[in-house]
Amino acid sequence: MIPLPGEDGALYQRDRTWHPPANTPGYKSTTFRAPKHPPLSLAQTRSELTGPTFGHGSLGPLDNDLIHNFSAEGGEAIGQRLIVYGQVLDENARPVRGTLVEFWQANAGGRYRHKREGYVAALDPNFGGCGRAITDDNGYYHFRTIKPGAYPWPNGGNDWRPAHIHFSVFGHAFAQRLITQMYFEGDPMIWQDPIALSIPDRAAVEQLIARLDRQNTTPMDSLAYRFDIVLRGRRSTLFENRSEGN
Amino acid sequence: MLNALPTLKETPSQTAGPYVHIGLTPGLEGMGGSNVPDLGSGPINAGNGQPITIAGCIFDGSAAPVGDAVVELWQADADGTHAEGWGRTAGAADGSFRFETIKPGRVLGPDGQPMAPHLTLWIVARGINVGLHTRLYFDDEGEANATDFILNRIMDSRRRKTLIAARSEVEGRPTYSLDIRLQGENETVFFDI
Repeated sequence: MIPLPGEDGALYQRDRTWHPPANTPGYKSTTFRAPKHPPLSLAQTRSELTGPTFGHGSLGPLDNDLIHNFSAEGGEAIGQRLIVYGQVLDENARPVRGTLVEFWQANAGGRYRHKREGYVAALDPNFGGCGRAITDDNGYYHFRTIKPGAYPWPNGGNDWRPAHIHFSVFGHAFAQRLITQMYFEGDPMIWQDPIALSIPDRAAVEQLIARLDRQNTTPMDSLAYRFDIVLRGRRSTLFENRSEGN
Repeated sequence: MLNALPTLKETPSQTAGPYVHIGLTPGLEGMGGSNVPDLGSGPINAGNGQPITIAGCIFDGSAAPVGDAVVELWQADADGTHAEGWGRTAGAADGSFRFETIKPGRVLGPDGQPMAPHLTLWIVARGINVGLHTRLYFDDEGEANATDFILNRIMDSRRRKTLIAARSEVEGRPTYSLDIRLQGENETVFFDI
């Protein structure tokens, strides 16, 4: 690839063996939705190396408080109260600042507020289940929520998802765009979940398991879990007369 | 440690699942709360240029519509610079999606030559383990398409047409239509970018 003068370095190639393959038969929904052709490698251009930016004006005041952002006035979501936080980094271990992180989840009983949800667990009138945050200057995000419940889903005859929170992260390049799921330390159900196990490498699954952080619990209020997220890193532009700080 | 190389691995992807709409388009799902209006909804702010509509439908390998997807769009402005040309929409139950935007300008390709005008699309849904990146080109840009670096990288030239949207006019507004086929006959070309 001919480097474009003045361009940032290209992103490291995505390690497809670290991600789930497109077709994972244990997760049946992939059967007809997995492309059969391998994805075509494409030298990156500004269409891939740039991405949208989001300011704090994109957020509402309760966007990072799922206990209150859907509740009636004075009400609170039911469940184990949590602070979920972490750092968004790139593969060079540099913080990804000012990036949008979105999250959504089931309520404490394992029920999503979605019209096609078929689980009998009750809706919580004070819990919606989605929010968003923008990372600070050190790449950290945090939000308050309740621990989601495990829930059954129609995949096998009796499959249950482990408790999890969905995450969407932007980074600074559209090629860094990532959607993933966070699991909870010590949950035995992770290791029987067809979606978590769509990832072939156990060490990669463990990267999705948030750690209980006793030091950052709020006394008489909330437990804390830490979930760091790594986005693709950029190659150094050592030969282009640009100081990239690495 | 001396000679240490970057050691972090990218966080592995997981499917967006069947309820991605409540996370990424919560207003549309009636989630209320403080998360309204939805980010990326409404006309795309890509500066001045020719207003156009992008319309399509997503199908799976059994030709069934994919009714639970989220589609994001990223594009250059008419002058070829990337600024705010981002949009996001929830795919409808019939698999359809649409964006109101402006026609993008040309962006330099990997060979230093201008690429043909195009949009970048990113698709997530239940059953998609890693979000799918593709491009949409325009069928009224035949000359530019013929020399586009990326289109020419598609060795099986029959597959190039899976990226080229067909122009029509709907109430005087140019509309470019392109269906996305996740698998099977006429499978869309997806990129490992």
